[in-house]
Amino acid sequence: MNRKLLRSVREYKRETILTPVLVMLEVLMEVLIPLLMANIIDIGITEGDMDYIIRIGLLLIVMAMIALFLGAKAGQTAAIASAGYAKNLRHDIFYKVQDFSFGNIDHFSTSGLVTRLTTDITNVQMAYMFSIRLLARAPFMIILSLIMTMTISVPIALILLVTIPILGGVLIWIAKKAHPHFIEVFDEYDVLNNTVQENVNAARVVKAYVREDYENKKFGKISRKIFVLFTKAEKIVAWNSPIMQFTVYAVVLIMVLIGGRNIIGGSMQTGELTSVIVYAIQILSSLMMVTFVFVQIMIAEASTDRISEVLDEVPEMEDSEDAIKEVPNGDIDFEHVDFSYSGKGGNLSLKDANLHIKSGQIVGIIGGTGSAKSTLVQLIPRLYDVTGGSVKVGGIDVRKYNLKALRDQVSVVLQKNVLFTGSIYENVRWGDENASDEEVQRVCKLAQADSFIQEFPGKYDTMIVEGGNNVSGGQKQRLCIARALLKKPKILILDDSTSAVDTKTDALIRQAFREEIPDTTKIIIAQRISSVEDADMIIVMENGEINGIGTSEELLRTNAIYREVYESQMKGGADNE
Amino acid sequence: MSRQERPRVNAGTIKTAKRLLGYVTGTYKIQFIVVLFCILVSSVASISVSLSLRYLLDDYIIPLIGQKDPDYSELYMALTVLGTIFLCGVIATFVYSRLMVTIGQGVLKRVRDEMFEHMQTLPIRYFDQNTNGSIMSLYTNDTDTLRQMINQSIPQVLMSSLTIIVTFVAMLVLSPLLTLLAVLVIVVMILVSKVVTGNSGKYFIRQQLDLANVTGFVEERMNGQRVVKVFNHEKISEEEFDKLNEQLFESSSKAHTFASIMGPVIGNIGNVQFVLTAVFGGFLSVAGIGNITLGVMASYLQFTKSFTQPFMQIAQQFNSIIMALAGAERIFRMMDEEPEVDEGYVTLVNAKKDADGNITECKERTGLWAWKHPHQADGTVTYTELKGDVRFYDMTFGYTPDHMVLHNLTLYAKPGQKLAFVGSTGAGKTTITNLINRFYDVADGKIRYDDININKIKKADLRRSLGIVLQDTHLFTGTIMENIRYGKLDATDEEVYKAAKLAHADGFIRMLPKGYDTHLSGDGEELSQGQRQLLAIARAAIADPPVLILDEATSSIDTRTESIVQKGMDNLMKGRTVFVIAHRLSTIRNSDAIMVLEHGRIIERGTHEELLKLKGTYYQLYTGKLELS
Repeated sequence: MNRKLLRSVREYKRETILTPVLVMLEVLMEVLIPLLMANIIDIGITEGDMDYIIRIGLLLIVMAMIALFLGAKAGQTAAIASAGYAKNLRHDIFYKVQDFSFGNIDHFSTSGLVTRLTTDITNVQMAYMFSIRLLARAPFMIILSLIMTMTISVPIALILLVTIPILGGVLIWIAKKAHPHFIEVFDEYDVLNNTVQENVNAARVVKAYVREDYENKKFGKISRKIFVLFTKAEKIVAWNSPIMQFTVYAVVLIMVLIGGRNIIGGSMQTGELTSVIVYAIQILSSLMMVTFVFVQIMIAEASTDRISEVLDEVPEMEDSEDAIKEVPNGDIDFEHVDFSYSGKGGNLSLKDANLHIKSGQIVGIIGGTGSAKSTLVQLIPRLYDVTGGSVKVGGIDVRKYNLKALRDQVSVVLQKNVLFTGSIYENVRWGDENASDEEVQRVCKLAQADSFIQEFPGKYDTMIVEGGNNVSGGQKQRLCIARALLKKPKILILDDSTSAVDTKTDALIRQAFREEIPDTTKIIIAQRISSVEDADMIIVMENGEINGIGTSEELLRTNAIYREVYESQMKGGADNE
Repeated sequence: MSRQERPRVNAGTIKTAKRLLGYVTGTYKIQFIVVLFCILVSSVASISVSLSLRYLLDDYIIPLIGQKDPDYSELYMALTVLGTIFLCGVIATFVYSRLMVTIGQGVLKRVRDEMFEHMQTLPIRYFDQNTNGSIMSLYTNDTDTLRQMINQSIPQVLMSSLTIIVTFVAMLVLSPLLTLLAVLVIVVMILVSKVVTGNSGKYFIRQQLDLANVTGFVEERMNGQRVVKVFNHEKISEEEFDKLNEQLFESSSKAHTFASIMGPVIGNIGNVQFVLTAVFGGFLSVAGIGNITLGVMASYLQFTKSFTQPFMQIAQQFNSIIMALAGAERIFRMMDEEPEVDEGYVTLVNAKKDADGNITECKERTGLWAWKHPHQADGTVTYTELKGDVRFYDMTFGYTPDHMVLHNLTLYAKPGQKLAFVGSTGAGKTTITNLINRFYDVADGKIRYDDININKIKKADLRRSLGIVLQDTHLFTGTIMENIRYGKLDATDEEVYKAAKLAHADGFIRMLPKGYDTHLSGDGEELSQGQRQLLAIARAAIADPPVLILDEATSSIDTRTESIVQKGMDNLMKGRTVFVIAHRLSTIRNSDAIMVLEHGRIIERGTHEELLKLKGTYYQLYTGKLELS
């Protein structure tokens, strides 16, 4: 198993070590108990010695109780160790993802992360439990049984000594052969999960286009592939039992042959032959156990690799020791900023952007679809790092700030926003978990959300379902704005966050911004001219470049794009005045 | 996470087990019979190891002891016979192991397929009521438990049961009296294992529930991970996660503890039984009661030694069986969810008009559609031309009974009209479209489509007649080409380009390094929101539907692009009915009729000019925008 992952065992090391120790003692009992049994039969019963039977019988019961205790205890420690290890792994992955930057998040799909946290970890947990319980048991059992055999018959012990490595080798070879197939299976599982997830998320689209059959076919193809791959892998593993049985039977036959000749020759007792066969079966089934664990480990191996992928991902951003914890003001400066989502040398999404925004200003950004509006603002709270140039907040390069401090002061309402399962109170409190009810209500009023919240029967305690699907798009946007406002940021960025809000409400929100949070720098990305027209500064974006900066009046004079947009939106209205 | 179930094993569990077994015997009847036979052969072979040894010793080896020149030929013969039995056993094991792989995976495939296919028939309401994570969990965690059970537990239990029966018969033959003791011990064993498995079963079911909770939480948080980052909410997320994780640890460690205790408990009860039998049997034989000789005793005890082994094996499988049954129960519960009701029988067909103006059905696309309306009474069929005439009669509707979204709504869309809905957020605009395509059902006669009660139209045909671009854009994993083609599966590349051009998406697509072959994943996160909307519009455009619904379809698209897209769509939809929902009044200005909604009621209706003259809410909305300038 992956050594690095084993570090996550942590506080469950005690149980992990205790398990094999207990198991070994249990095995000792298990080897001794049949000896006593043989004695009861060979001496007690054969000679009709009741005293002997009772005496050894009592000893046997005591040992059985000890074995019971050891076995139960080992079971418990193994269960705790493995469940604890699984818990720690889940913990580590989840925490690791929390450290991810946006760039890191882009590397993993949601369904991939979910599979890792569930199926993959369950696999590792099972493999771990079997490993610590059985991997100590099997070799110990083999050694003890071999010693016992040796005391009875050296030639038979030699036969076993030759058989063990051969059988072991074959079984391991089979496991190795199946391994790549299992990896393929688990990769295909991701595809399957992804398809399910998309179909659940986009159930409306599937239904609207009557694509149920199409999706069924798509899914059927994937599940067919899993069937084929999995069958292939398991069919290889299915060789295990017959080969194992074949070996056991062969060994038994040879033993009877050799043992029988020895008995006839007088160099062996009949009871000894029975015992030797019992030991042989114990040894070989221990080997079987090892391969069983081996298969489990192999299945888990694929899972381990996938877990390591997450744990080994290097967070793209980390705070330096001397990171600045205070954002002095809401000034924003862009100096020759280049940005590419694929890093240096990639396609530049943003080219040579230069900007200077003063604290408290209202800045509007407009531009065509895909013109890099969102890209531009995402650099301010350092959701991504610039590829070239620098972005400064409060006169300091954003890379010098403590990330938490920066993001506390730069509040973004993302274009693709999400609400979470929970009440409205709980959702808005994401901005500040200690905010009072009044404080929450105040920001909701600011975001013009209070009026519709009051209409819900449950008011602020109304439960939001996953993804916020029980409120309308515009309501969702206003709740998201309220959530961002609760942070009391020095810079507030609305990335097209009022697109589903009607113009009147939109205007009221902006009015509230101006009156209630005058010192906060406000950046508003919008499609509607009316949303940005009264801004102190408007930035016009086009194909990843800043095409023009100025007030509405200035841009009307100097910027063709702005003028065209303005006229197309205002024309109809003006005609009817 | 609201789903609370009381973990328990009951009569329902047995029903679940039967149903699950039905999957095995249903599809793979012959294979399963072969498996049963092979398991029988295999267990006979494995039992014969201990059974034959005594005969070999008594009949073939001991008589030869002390002979000067022993004749081994009979021993060789016996060993050859035994070897043949063993070989049969090995072959049988090989056959059933391979067959079980196919059966197990085949059943899993069928369960997955049926689950998915059934999920596709479920109403939207189901998706509203269940978290994505808990639905996902059915396909991952719960299906995984089935694999374990079918592949390992079923053969193991069958094999062990056979071994028990054979051993039991052998013991009974040797000494009925002592076997009584064995039965007594078995009863104890069963009682004890009932207690232990009762406990472990409880915790295993709880473990699966906790696992589903973790899945649900993780799924939601990972989807919103960007929001988590923006709000510095990592710490709080971590705390909440830790709580769920701890719960899972509790139930999981307890479940596995009880499960692991099972083996030692049964095994050592077996050891105690051995002693009891020896003492009791020894006493009987010494006292000469019950015709028990010491020789019989010795053989009997040999059997006792191996008797508990299969019980242990069965007990060990118990937990995976319970876990699988709990998983199966959840899977079946989903499969038993009522599918969308569809009693519609009116279908949509391509049509053409003959010289007399009669409508006849035809195969090829003509741009003319008709509703095919079979009459059960006399077996005749009438065709009604699809015109796009949609009417609501006095509609009152709420998603939950205590909160009505639409009130006494009456509206009509005349064929060929572009009909717009305006209103504040939450006024009920999207709800109207949800009802037209029957994502949610309403009482008969409330909505008529070309004067047909829409409940009589087959849902698939109804939806095929309605192109729709939804407020939330969802794209699928695949290339851009495939995503657009989603609207019309047999579209040629040229048609895709045409639709993309119409949606003004062609430009940005060609700018991408791989153009139309750009691979989208995770709902098209690589693209901007506006670009995704353009793709959704292209997807609707390629379908070229008789009626189109645009629900905030251009909300993230800049107005310049929007007007280009709009012109394209207007051209495409000339003469056909279009519903438009938008906040931006510029989007809807050229509509034939505009309806202003407020709190689920239509308060104004008319053309742009008429509404302005009315000087009502629309006028205020419209001029409100100008006030800002």
